[in-house]
This record gives sequence, C-alpha cells and structure tokens, in this order.
Amino acid sequence: MYRYDEFDREFVAARVAQFRDQVARRVSGELSEDNFKPLRLHNGVYLQLHAYMLRVAVPYGTLNSSQMRMLAHIARKYDRDYGHFTTRQNIQFNWPKLAEIPDILEDLASVEMHAIQTSGNCIRNVTADHFAGASADEVADPRPYAEILRQWSTIHPEFLYLPRKFKIAVIGSPNDRAAMQFHDIGLEVRKNNQGHLGLRVFVGGGLGRTPMIGKLIRDWLPEEDMLSYCEAILRVYNLYGRRDNKYKARIKILVHETGLEELKKDIEAEFERIRDGVLKLPEDDVAAISDYFAPPQFDQVPARSDSLEQAKLDNRSFARWVEQNVSDHAQTGYGIVTVALKGTGEAPGDATSAQMDVLADLGERFSHDELRVSHEQNVILPHVRLNDLKTVYDALLAAGMASPNAGLITDIIACPGLDYCALATARSIPVAQELSQRFADLDKQNEIGELKVKISGCINACGHHHVGHIGILGVDRRGEELYQVTLGGSGDEQAAVGEIIGRGFAADEITNAVETIVDTYLIRRLSDDETFLNAYRRLGPQPFKDALYPAKEAA
Amino acid sequence: MTTLKTPIAFTANNLLDGEAVWLGSNGAWVKSVDSANVFSTEDERQIAIEAAARADKENLVVEPYEIEVALETGQVKPLTFRERIRAAGPTMRLDLGKQAEQVTTFAAVAA
Repeated sequence: MYRYDEFDREFVAARVAQFRDQVARRVSGELSEDNFKPLRLHNGVYLQLHAYMLRVAVPYGTLNSSQMRMLAHIARKYDRDYGHFTTRQNIQFNWPKLAEIPDILEDLASVEMHAIQTSGNCIRNVTADHFAGASADEVADPRPYAEILRQWSTIHPEFLYLPRKFKIAVIGSPNDRAAMQFHDIGLEVRKNNQGHLGLRVFVGGGLGRTPMIGKLIRDWLPEEDMLSYCEAILRVYNLYGRRDNKYKARIKILVHETGLEELKKDIEAEFERIRDGVLKLPEDDVAAISDYFAPPQFDQVPARSDSLEQAKLDNRSFARWVEQNVSDHAQTGYGIVTVALKGTGEAPGDATSAQMDVLADLGERFSHDELRVSHEQNVILPHVRLNDLKTVYDALLAAGMASPNAGLITDIIACPGLDYCALATARSIPVAQELSQRFADLDKQNEIGELKVKISGCINACGHHHVGHIGILGVDRRGEELYQVTLGGSGDEQAAVGEIIGRGFAADEITNAVETIVDTYLIRRLSDDETFLNAYRRLGPQPFKDALYPAKEAA
Repeated sequence: MTTLKTPIAFTANNLLDGEAVWLGSNGAWVKSVDSANVFSTEDERQIAIEAAARADKENLVVEPYEIEVALETGQVKPLTFRERIRAAGPTMRLDLGKQAEQVTTFAAVAA
C-alpha cells in the first residue's frame, strides 16, 4: 500500500492547520458563510438536512487496518457511532460538529487520510477496481496509476476551479467492476503484444441528469504518457467546458455537443505539445510507486483447502456465503471476501464503529492488513487464505456482517436520499430496506441470481440508478415521493444506460413493482442460467411494461 | 395588511453544530419546529426576513430560508416532506435527530 512521504505528511498537516484556522475565523465571525463555504467544501464539509456532513476520501478504495480503526474511532468519538460507505469508495459521517472537524482531520492525518477534494469543482478522489491487486482476471494492478493520478491531481493549481467536478476511474482487468465507462475519464490498464503496459482511455462518461457512456478516445496510450494525456484532456475541458450552466458543465456535455473527433483533435494537439515535458512518467518513478502495491508475501498453499470443504459440508449457511461472497484470487489457495454491508432491512453501506473495528481486526489478521471499499457500498477483504475463511465468516456472523448476498437482488446500492441529503427529492434508503425485506428469502434470491438494484433519491444519481439492472429514481411529484423505474442498465464492460419503463410508482407501490419485474423475468427466462440482464436484452421492455401496466379492462 | 396565502416559518442550521433550528419568539432560534414562530402577514414576514438576515450576519445560523407551514391545533407542520424530515430526523433511524431527543416526531409534523 502507498505510504505518505515527507511531502505528503507536511502537506496534509498544513491543510489541517489551515482549516483549523479557517474554522476559528468562521466561528469568530471574521469569515462569512459566503467566504467560508468554498473553503469547507474543499475539505469535504457539507451542510446537510440535519447537520454538517464530512466526506473522507479513501483513495482508490484501499485502506489498511489502522485506517479502518481510525474511521471507527471517529464514528464513536465525534459522530453517532456509525459511518456510511459511499458509491465513490468514500466514507461519510453524518453528524460532526463544525468546531470538532479540525480535530477529526488531525486524527485522519495521523493515519495518512484526509478529506481534501472530496467536494468542489476539482478532480475528485480517483476510484479503482475494488479487487485490484487480488483478482484472478487482472492484467495489472490499477492502483499505482490511480496513486500517480492522485499525486498529480491533488491541489493541481490549474484544475481546482474547473467548470464542474471531475471523476476518474482506473481498472486493470477486462471485467469492469468500477463503472469505469461512467466517469469523466475512464482508464483501463492493458498489455500490448510486446508485453508493454499502457492504457485504453475513455472520456465523457457520467451519470446524473444526462447519463452518458464514455467514448473511447485512445485504444492505446503508453503508460509514460498517462499524465500528459489526462492533462491535455483537462486543459481542453477547462478551456471549452461550459461555465454558464451547471447542468451542462460536465465534460460529457462538451464531448456530446462538440463531437469526439473534433475535441480529440484539440486534445491530441495539446498532448503532442506537452508529452515530452515534465509530466512524462519516468520508468523509475512508476516502478517506485508500483513497489508500494507489490503483492503481499503469500503463503504457498494448495488450491484446495480440505478444512474449507469440510466446513462447507458441515454448515450450509457458510457454504452459501462462500459460494456468493468469495471471489477467485490470483494467488492459489486464497480468496477475495466481499463483506456485504447489506443485512436484511439495513441501510446499504452503513457500518457501526464496532463493525468497523471487527473489519479492521479481520483485515489485520487475515488479509495482509488490507481492506477495500467498493463502489457497491461493501467492504472487501482482498487476500484471505481459503483455510481462514471459516474463522473470518464466524467473526462476520457475530458482528452482523455475514449476509451471503453479494451480487444478488438485496445487494442494493442506495444514496443517502432525503433522509439526510440536502439535494435529494425523495428517500432512497427506506426503499432499499423494504426491498431487502421483501426479498429476504435466500433461496428466492439465489433462484433470481445476479441482479443489481440501484436507487437514487434525486437526478444527480449518486445511487447509480442509470446502471442498475433495475434502477430506481426517486422524485418529488407535487409533494409526494414518486419512483421512476429504469431497466437494463449496466455499469460493467458492457456498459448500458437503463431505459425508463413507464410512469412512476408511489412509495407504497415501488416494492410490488420490483417484484412484478422479477416475477416477469423468472417466467420468461430461457433457463436458470439466463441472468436478468441477459433476459432483458433479449426480451426488450415490452413484457415488463405489460406486466407493470396491464391494459385497463373495457368498461 | 396583506395576509399570506400560506403561513410561513423561518429555518436554518446552527453555525456551530449544524443542527436544524427555527426562528422562534424574540429572535431566538429554537430546536423544535413546535416552538417556531408562524408568520401570517406580509408585514410579519418582512420583520422575520430581517431577523433571519441579522442572525446570518451575526453568525448564529447558516443560510436561513422560509418554509411554508400549517398550524393545526397548535402544532406547526411544515408542508413539504423535506422539511418534515428536517423537523424530526431520518425516517429510517428513529434513534437519531430531533425525534430521538423527543423534541419532535415525524408523526406529529406529518400531514
């Protein structure tokens, strides 16, 4: 894992001191809210419905046990004993007091964490595949690239006041687990025929009110040119991106309105101009950063664990959890554990301080001191020996985190919605909770198979509803919550934006509507192996429309 | 004296702890919507706007704004769902927010 160098440490400490002074001046009245608001936002401090909210960056979703333990400590000491893991691999605390936030930031800095650039019109926390450095299908670990991007983009003087926020995601395998094509810049690390590493570059993806799939702008970019090319994209965006209308200010609109080919000419011209300059990545530097992410010292263990097989035979619940929540690891004899923060009826992504402590302990003892936060609001233990899975499972079970539902219909993404968020137009968490209860039966969930439900409480789409196989968007219709349903969205390598299926549903109708959709799928699928998404792609929307909106009988 | 079509109250968040507050009597900011002053005329509204702006300037509260309310049997009920949630707390965590401190419950402010 990356460790701060002297520069990082001094910089983050200086920012904490600076913010402490800014808060003091705000409290004394020296700074007005108009003066202070941009300063607090640059440090991740929002004002929500009930209180301030602090969004802490988890760079590319990777953290160690001390960091997870510190998040637990912050939840306990300064907040209401829980935190909310977000769809941007971050964590949010919903109840901090302004006067205590500098102390929180100081505590975070002590474990090399911060909240810088988790808000504002700048380059936000770079996200990555949460299975990075572990997955069997990986070409290369995307995190060294994400870390290089983090260093480049942090307080980059040219890009702190962009037309709008800017999000970058990096993956290192052909299977996209990071919704990479729905980012302003999406990068896929690949290897060419000569064995050299480079990147495939997408630009102009995004969700929000105008969902767009990123356009392929470069099929191959040598890794040494990554920063020069990103800088060229950002420069062209900074120059031409609209600042007159915040709803048209993201780069996706620029790409859409200008056309990729024309924009590419400008980007390539700028790239040619700067590619041999200071941003060219020296091989040694890439190697030095990559060393931080070198695989841990794995034990040489057999591919098959007899103790695991026996435990699965002895315990049906454990076997189910292994089947669903443990993924293939690149290292023989190891597995990747997805800890689903999605117990029946629980708020997706919420974890108590006690649960975070358990996760920290398990990461330390059984996962080479590494944990990940996924954009699907789960926590990952990336390197667990198969022999240790039962011990890990037992600890998770005792802490209420052993839901065997990763990737199933109750592994729901939901934004905080109107229960917390000042931007929201409808609640999302209660919808997730009711669905989770309706589909609580594990046999039923397994019968349904892979199905991603994603819920947003407003058009900004923090709940990624556009890429849900079933997407739910909550809006306000004349003072009542109304839920619009989209079908067929996907955030993986076969990216797709879901289609609106018809008129929306009231809060007390939406769960039934989802059940109708699921029942229609179960009746119409060709076999148990045909997933919901594949069935939808084959059938199209009509059978679902017919089921949801039966024609009124003639009078 | 112009009577407002819908009665209003003023709300904001405390500067120091971010807690939702409402403009009560004598320019005080109160923690419960129950104690909010309800304004029914344009003249009252103007006085309240000045009081809210003063509190903003004096750094007691952040970003005050007016909300529409109904006054039913002495209970102040914000008209929008959003403001009812602000008045009570998260609907899925009854152990948090005003409702947890038994200041106001969602049921009390619901239509």
